[in-house]
Amino acid sequence: MTDHRKPHTTPVKSWTFDDHTNSYIRRAAATGIYDIRGGGAKRRVPHFDDLLFLGASMSRYPLEGYREKCDTSVKLGTRYAKNPIELDIPITIAGMSFGALSGQAKEALGRGASAAGTSTTTGDGGMTPEERGHSTKLVYQYLPSRYGMNPDDLRKADAIEIVVGQGAKPGGGGMLLGQKISDRVAEMRNLPKGIDQRSACRHPDWTGPDDLEIKILELREITSWKVPIYIKIGGARPYFDTTLAIKAGADVVVLDGMQGGTAATQDVFIEHVGQPTLACIRPAVQALQDLGMHRKVQLVLSGGIRTGADVAKALALGADAVSIGTAALIALGDNDPRWEKEYNKLGTTAGAYDDWHEGLDPAGITTQDPQLSARLDPILAGQRLKNYLKVMTLEAQTIARACGKNHILNLEPEDLCALTMEAAAMAQVPLSGTNWIPGKPDV
Amino acid sequence: METIDLTKSSLRDLNEILQRQSEITNQKQWEVINPKGAHAVAVGLNAPLELSIKGSTGYYCGGMNQKANIKVYGSVGPGVCENMMSGCVTIEGDASQYAGATGQGGLLVIKGNAASRCGISMKGINIVVHGNIGHMSAFMAQSGNLVVLGDAGDALGDSLYEARLFVRGNVKSLGADCVEKEMRPEHLNILQDLLNRSNANADAKEFKRYGSARSLYNFDIDNAGDY
Repeated sequence: MTDHRKPHTTPVKSWTFDDHTNSYIRRAAATGIYDIRGGGAKRRVPHFDDLLFLGASMSRYPLEGYREKCDTSVKLGTRYAKNPIELDIPITIAGMSFGALSGQAKEALGRGASAAGTSTTTGDGGMTPEERGHSTKLVYQYLPSRYGMNPDDLRKADAIEIVVGQGAKPGGGGMLLGQKISDRVAEMRNLPKGIDQRSACRHPDWTGPDDLEIKILELREITSWKVPIYIKIGGARPYFDTTLAIKAGADVVVLDGMQGGTAATQDVFIEHVGQPTLACIRPAVQALQDLGMHRKVQLVLSGGIRTGADVAKALALGADAVSIGTAALIALGDNDPRWEKEYNKLGTTAGAYDDWHEGLDPAGITTQDPQLSARLDPILAGQRLKNYLKVMTLEAQTIARACGKNHILNLEPEDLCALTMEAAAMAQVPLSGTNWIPGKPDV
Repeated sequence: METIDLTKSSLRDLNEILQRQSEITNQKQWEVINPKGAHAVAVGLNAPLELSIKGSTGYYCGGMNQKANIKVYGSVGPGVCENMMSGCVTIEGDASQYAGATGQGGLLVIKGNAASRCGISMKGINIVVHGNIGHMSAFMAQSGNLVVLGDAGDALGDSLYEARLFVRGNVKSLGADCVEKEMRPEHLNILQDLLNRSNANADAKEFKRYGSARSLYNFDIDNAGDY
């Protein structure tokens, strides 16, 4: 019984040593190994939610919803390629490997993207016939590991994406743990079954942008200068990295912020290396503008794109298109509450499941287990992805019309304001209710 | 014999005409003169051509080669025969870094020396170097055979997978997880065949074999110091 003569304050948990931190320390002490997981940064960082569109007003007139046209088509790779990629919508599917994902999931991504009029992308491990067959437009990732890389598949691609880095781990390589190495994955990667497959962090045959320029020349010569060459960079030094990518001869720069997902990487890497997507875009656009290449070399932004509003904001800040990975997996059925009991058995809950590297995904997406994979119907999952892409496009169009734009790429920074000083500084748009952009003279 | 002079034809014209040759072409004999260090010479070939390159080339000569037999009468820059799939490429001179990187098949013969990272991430290619190779060669090499008649530099075979390394001379140091292994009769047969095919005047019995200890195949925190 409490002694009212000697009252205590209520127990207070440390902000520094919160429950999650304590569980991290206990886990590290028990296992002696760092935590590996999938997905992107989970921490709160300034994001597109911190921006608002202003909409039309006395000085701007809107377009009629459902009546006046608002075009969403984009063309990627117009700088050098004979055959640029033409997309109906400015939302593409990011690179995810067969190996990290099940064959059914890759097929569903291809089906959904094709039905929505956009492209999908291979990943580490090469191109599967199923993926090529179900993808109207397929971007072939050219990665440091070169697992499954061959010139025949290179020539089948509609574009080539040279991966220099990704937002979840700029400066890091990859790891596909042995439990996900099925016979087929092992054969495609030319490695024994069941061993961890490391993907190098640097390309094996070039170092730096001067070499990369020559590597791009080789790839163009092998593909007869037909297809666009993308360069994918993680959100590290976006101004300089974009500048160097342009200098090296990229047709398209793909810029991935720290919310962008990965199949498996150390949690410490995901949460502590790289910059938020919102902080990356304006320096990249500035680099394009400084070189007179904005809209000539296209910029694709990825890392935490979830809604049509995110799409519209990314385009308004200067991107030509966006790319989605994690959101696409959720559309297929990843982390769906219908599998809650099974997530609980794995010690997690729907919405938090990120042990994608273990191959036990109840939704049958990030696994090579035949029984789990069979849970995902690629036709139905592809339909869900198509629906999701169409909803995002409609949402972005709704916003663009409200801002008086007859093409979605006509959105501009002037259409935006920021809710926080951090977002205002990063996005370089005025703080809401002011004409103040941190770091800029008053406008 | 068709001759293409790279002082008169563009690189694009050269590669386009070579890539256009089909499996059944009658025009198999080709010669390139005056390459003058050009990059990406004879890349992406996919027919059983006999191609002679008279002079030295830059980066990625013979890149991703399929089926063609190429002879370079000179030296080559970085990345010769990167990701080669099949065929045979012979370099009469020296090769710069990353020779045969990620190659999946075929035979690359370097009559001179090869610089660092020779055979990096090789995935089935056979590489025979008559001279020496530089440091970090066969890094993360997955499969295939690397034969060195001379010496090997530092960290040979670091993080090696299943590739076989045969060295006749000295190895300055072995990389993480690379160890000397027993030379069994099947290895002698493989090695002698490669020596014969690459016109190397050497006896397989003079070589030592190196391969993976396979202790880094699955992550173990106790091995962290090896990385």
